[in-house]
Amino acid sequence: MNQLSVAGKALTVIFAVIFMIGCASTETTDTTDAAAEAEARRAAEAQAAEQAAEQAATDRHAKAAQQTLQDAVAAAGYVVYFEFDSSTLQPAGREVLDAHLALAKTNTKSIRLDGHTDERGTREYNMALGERRAKAVADYLSVNGVASYRIEAVSYGEERPVAYGSGEANWSQNRRVEIK
Amino acid sequence: MKRVLIGLFLAAALALPVRAELVIEITAGRDNPTSIAVVPFAWSGWGSAPEDVAAAIAADLLRSGQFAPVARADMLGLPTRESEVYYRDWRTTNVEYLLIGRVSGGSTVSVEYELFDVFKQEGILVGRETGPVADLRMLAHRASDKVYYQLTGIRGAFATRILYVAFTRRPGADDNYQLMVADADGARAELVLESSQPILSPAWSPDGNQIAYVSFESTRPAIYRHDLSTGQRERLTNFKGLNGAPAWSPDGNSLAMVLSRDGSPDLYILDLASRKFRRLTRHYAIETEPAWMPDGRSLIFTSDRGGRPQIYRIDVVTGRTERLTYEGSWNARASVAADGRTMVLVHRRNDAFHIAVQDLERERLQILTSTALDESPSVAPNGSMVLYATKHDGRGILAAVSVDGRVKFRLPSREGDVREPAWSPYMGEP
Repeated sequence: MNQLSVAGKALTVIFAVIFMIGCASTETTDTTDAAAEAEARRAAEAQAAEQAAEQAATDRHAKAAQQTLQDAVAAAGYVVYFEFDSSTLQPAGREVLDAHLALAKTNTKSIRLDGHTDERGTREYNMALGERRAKAVADYLSVNGVASYRIEAVSYGEERPVAYGSGEANWSQNRRVEIK
Repeated sequence: MKRVLIGLFLAAALALPVRAELVIEITAGRDNPTSIAVVPFAWSGWGSAPEDVAAAIAADLLRSGQFAPVARADMLGLPTRESEVYYRDWRTTNVEYLLIGRVSGGSTVSVEYELFDVFKQEGILVGRETGPVADLRMLAHRASDKVYYQLTGIRGAFATRILYVAFTRRPGADDNYQLMVADADGARAELVLESSQPILSPAWSPDGNQIAYVSFESTRPAIYRHDLSTGQRERLTNFKGLNGAPAWSPDGNSLAMVLSRDGSPDLYILDLASRKFRRLTRHYAIETEPAWMPDGRSLIFTSDRGGRPQIYRIDVVTGRTERLTYEGSWNARASVAADGRTMVLVHRRNDAFHIAVQDLERERLQILTSTALDESPSVAPNGSMVLYATKHDGRGILAAVSVDGRVKFRLPSREGDVREPAWSPYMGEP
């Protein structure tokens, strides 16, 4: 009985020790995990912040770039002018269109081109001439990378002058394609 | 409250755009016009006469450039019946012809008239025109037609109508386009269509009951057909690109037009019954402004296939095409008078755009006008006069010139610009 009780005590102690070791080891592991987690969280947060900052910077740059393109378009204007009875793009007109091209490539917006003529000549012939001008602009845009399905060319002929009155000073303002 | 309401009604009434009525200014006539006295017609209806029939007839004859109507103050008598005519009175003042008449009736009126040759001392025409009192002025124009035919041998075109577009710019508000129809003398103007978007190229059906035109009301050009008596309208085309220059065939069954749906502007013929389109030209150049030859077998049109716009003719069956104009570097918008010979067109010379005629058989081109921005010529159904649009004192006006260039008059609007005239075919029996 005594021997048994000694053995039993020893076992108890052993179990207790094992238990204690077990507990101690468990406690040690828990402490390590929490620290790592916090560390990871901090790292993730830092990374996110860094990414956000980077994104913000990218956005800022993109926005600034977009703004630059928009400013360039605003500076170039929305009108391309032509010679009498001609639909040939002039160098000044190409410059205007290049500004619009740079911006158009950054979005998918549709573009409407309204072709106009001066008051000289007949109305239906001018309607055809206005369309030819609008198409000359459309061709320039599509050849340079704007999908043609985004572009619509509409002619108003001589029906919608911006400068009323006769003489070259008025006529030259009316022979135009408006980019909308 | 009542005052406020009346004020509102007044404001609404004042906000309505003024109808573009035309007035006549004669600028050139023939050297030795025939002297004719059109004596005020007797009126036997209730109240005062709704229309001065004699004045309307005298104005018609004056506008032809071939007659010099006698002023009423210079008339020695005012006969309204043959028994009151004293030839000697008229002979002493060198009047060659005398027209007298009477108007009677109520809601239906009758205009009776008699024409006398003063030197032969005999009556040469007796006529009567009957119709609703609202059309009394048109009855007067019909009497003018008969008198004109009796004295010239040419059918008169006074009892016809004209279409035109009136444009008014309104600062701070939308532009205003009005398609109008009026008598050939500009009177009795009625609104057909009003829009803030362009209206152009009005064209008559051969029976004068319908019209076709181009309207931008959808912010893109489309061709419409419009019945003038019912006001019913229908959109005929709405293709991508140009939809323009409608021209009714002489048999009334089809419309020639310009479409650019297949690339560049080309001529198409729309069969109005089957609604089928037939492409007539296939060219990368501009083909536009089709006009039918009177026999309906071919069309004349403007094309810049040679580098600059010139007039061509195409056979609608075979497609065979020939060039018609060689004089000058710019000819457009041609149409041919009912005789099938006289072609009217816009011709550019020394940077100015004039109305010109070309005899299709002799190929000689003659410039009729001296103004610089002339366009949209439209020939009267009897081939005597050409109505066209031009600019005068910076405003768009209508003007007319005889095909021999000797008679000219202007039809300016009281307000805004007028343009795009289209002279109707004959209305009713001769």
